[in-house]
Amino acid sequence: MTTIHSETKLPMATDKASQIQKSSKQDLFEHPDFYLLDDLLSEEHKMVRSAVRDFVKREISPYIESWAEHAYFPYEMVKKFGEIGAFGPQLPEKYGCGGMDYIAYGLIMQEIERGDSGMRSTASVQGSLVMYPIYKFGNEEQRQKYLPKLASGEWLGCFGLTEPDHGSNPSGMTTHFKDMGDHYLLNGAKMWISNAPHADVAVVWAKNEEGRIHGLIVERGMEGFSTPETHGKWSLRASATGELVFDNVKVPKENLLPGKSGLGAPMMCLDSARYGIAWGAIGAAMDCYESARRYTLEREQFGKPIASFQLQQKKLAEMLTEITKAQLLNYRLGQLFNEGKATTAQISMAKRNAVETALNIAREARQMHGGMGITQEYPMMRHMANLESVVTYEGTHDIHLLILGADITGIPAFK
Amino acid sequence: MNILVCITHVPDTTSRIAFTNDNTEFDKNGVQFIIGPYDDYALARAVELKEQHGGKITVLNVGEAETEPTIRKALAIGADEAVRVNAFPSDSFFVANQIAAVAKQGEYDLILMGRESIDFNGGMVHGMVGELLGLPSFSPVMQLDVEGTTAKITREIEGGKEKLEVSLPFVAGCQEPIAEWKIPNMRGIMSARTKPLNVVEPTDATVHSQLSKYELPPAKGAVKMIDADNVEELVDLLKNEAKVI
Ligand SMILES: Cc1cc2nc3c(=O)[nH]c(=O)nc-3n(C[C@H](O)[C@H](O)[C@H](O)COP(=O)(O)OP(=O)(O)OC[C@H]3O[C@@H](n4cnc5c(N)ncnc54)[C@H](O)[C@@H]3O)c2cc1C
Repeated sequence: MTTIHSETKLPMATDKASQIQKSSKQDLFEHPDFYLLDDLLSEEHKMVRSAVRDFVKREISPYIESWAEHAYFPYEMVKKFGEIGAFGPQLPEKYGCGGMDYIAYGLIMQEIERGDSGMRSTASVQGSLVMYPIYKFGNEEQRQKYLPKLASGEWLGCFGLTEPDHGSNPSGMTTHFKDMGDHYLLNGAKMWISNAPHADVAVVWAKNEEGRIHGLIVERGMEGFSTPETHGKWSLRASATGELVFDNVKVPKENLLPGKSGLGAPMMCLDSARYGIAWGAIGAAMDCYESARRYTLEREQFGKPIASFQLQQKKLAEMLTEITKAQLLNYRLGQLFNEGKATTAQISMAKRNAVETALNIAREARQMHGGMGITQEYPMMRHMANLESVVTYEGTHDIHLLILGADITGIPAFK
Repeated sequence: MNILVCITHVPDTTSRIAFTNDNTEFDKNGVQFIIGPYDDYALARAVELKEQHGGKITVLNVGEAETEPTIRKALAIGADEAVRVNAFPSDSFFVANQIAAVAKQGEYDLILMGRESIDFNGGMVHGMVGELLGLPSFSPVMQLDVEGTTAKITREIEGGKEKLEVSLPFVAGCQEPIAEWKIPNMRGIMSARTKPLNVVEPTDATVHSQLSKYELPPAKGAVKMIDADNVEELVDLLKNEAKVI
C-alpha cells in the first residue's frame, strides 16, 4: 500500500474536482414497503425520510458515480450534511443537533446509504463516533466547544480506534499517552480511519500509563499530529480514509474525555454507529432491488420482459423477503434504542443481517442487469464494492457472529 | 415583511391517476400528496425574502384535516405559522373567497401562491384574490425582489418577459426560477412540531361549478411508421384516422 504523508490538512483535490461530471439520469427511487411499515411511522418520520431522500436525489445521486470513479471525497458535502441536519440528529437540540429519536436517525442513515455507503460513513462517523462520545463522555465545556461546530459541518471529525496491528482486537492497542503534569504526551498510530485526511478533530482512543483506555480529543494543527491518506481503495471511494500518526503530540489536559474509560467507552459509540449501519445497508439493498425490479420489467429477451421468467421472479421475491425481514428487525431495534434497551448482541444481529442481505442483493441484482449491470449506469457494482468495507468495519462479519455466539452460550470465543 | 403563502395539497406528479364511484371521485389509494410544485416555489422565495428582510411567513391552505402533513412540511421549510380553512376546496371562486377572508385579517405585504395548482390547473385563484381584496395581481411571476415598499418583478408573457415595478401589497402567482425548492432540514422538521397551525371555519361563499365526471385522456396509441416517399398515405391517415387536417 502506498501512502502519502502530509503535515497539514489536504487541500481540495482541484484536479479531481474538475473531472467530476453530473449525470443526467433521473433518480426515481421509491422504497419497497411490503409489510406496510409506513403505518408504524409518524408523520414526522415520513417527513424526515422524504426530506433526506430529496436531498440525496439532489446532492448525491447526480455525482456519486463520478466521485467514486475519481476517488474524490466531496468536501462540500460536509457543509451540506450539516445544513440538512445529518450530523448527530439523535443528539439534543441545545448543541445544534436534531433532538430526534432513533427511528428518525435510522431513516436518515438508510436514505443516505441508499445514495452511497461512503457518504453514509461520513455522516455516521461524525454523528455516532465523534459527536456521540463528546456528548456522552465529555464535560459541558467540551460539548459547547465541539458539538455545534460538528453539527453544522463547520468541522469534520474522525474516530481513531483501529491500529495497524490491532483491528478486531482493539484492546491490544499500543497508542498511549503519558501525564506530563500540564499536558499529556501522545504517541502511536491509527489506521483505516474514515474522514481522517480532512478532519479538524479526532476522537482518539489510547492507553494511559496504567494501560487503561481513554478518549482524547486531538485537533488538527497540534504539533506532531499528521493524517496521511490511504490510497488505492476499491471500496468507499467517495469517502476519504487515512492514518492518524502521533509523534510526541502534546494534548492539553482538558481534551481528555472524563466521562468513561476502558474499552466499553468506544464500544458504546460503535453500538450507536452499528445501529445506523443496519438501516443504511438496507438502504443500499433497496436501491439495488429497485433497480433490478425496474430493469427486468423493461428489458426484453425472447420476446418478453425478463421479469416474466420464473428465475428472475424468484430472485425478486427473495430480495423483497430479505429486505422486509431486515426492515422489521431494524424497526424493532429502533424501538429498543428509544427505550434504552438495545443490547450489543441485538445490534450485532441487525448489523450482520443487514450487511449480508445487502451484499447478496447487490450481487443478484447486478446479474439481473446483464452486461449493463457492470457499468456506472446502475448502482450495484458501487454498492457491492462499498459493502465490502461495511461488512468489515465496526466489527467484521465474523466478530459479530462471535458476539452473538458469546451471548447465546456465555462463552466468548474470541478471547 | 409580512408574507402570506397559499399552498395546495396535490397528488405527487408521478402518481397513478384513477377514479372511483362511477368516475366521480379521484382515487386517493396509494397516492402521495405534496405541496403544489408552483406553491413550493412561492414558499421558497418567501423564505429567502424573510432571510433578507426579516418578518413573518404565514402559510394558508383551504382543505380538510388530511392536508395537515403537507402544511407541517411548509412549516418545516420555514413558515412561522399556518392557517387551515377547514373546507373542501370546491372550486377557484370558493377558495379565493376563503383566502381573501383570511388575508383581510392580517396586514400582508405580499400574498404569494403558485401560478396554478397541479390537480385542476385552474390558474385563476390569484386573479380572484386580487379582485376580492382590491389589490393588483400578477402571474406568472418568475422573479421577485423587494426594496422598501416596492417590488421589482419579472413576469412571463407571450413570447417574452415583462419587467415591472409594483408597490406593496399585491398578489403574485409564482413559477420557476423565482427560487429553488427548499428541502426541510431536521431542525426545521422538529420545530414545525410546535409552530401554531390554526384551524378556522370557512366563510360563506358560493360554489359556482359542479363536478359531473372525470375522464382520463385516451391511452397513447402505437407509432405508425410511413415510408418517406408515401406522402399520400400520410395525408390520408392524418385526415381520416387522426382527423387533424
Ligand atoms: C474503509 C474503512 C474505513 C474504516 N474506518 C474506521 C474508522 O473510522 N475508525 C476505526 O477505528 N476503524 C476503522 N476501520 C477499521 C475497521 O474497523 C477494521 O478494519 C476492522 O475492525 C477489522 O480489523 P482488521 O482490518 O485489522 O482485520 P483483522 O482484525 O486482522 O481481521 C482479519 C480477518 O480475521 C478475522 N478474525 C479476527 N479475529 C478473529 C477471531 N477471534 N475469530 C475469528 N475470526 C477472526 C476477521 O473477521 C477478518 O475476517 C475502517 C476500515 C475500513 C476498511
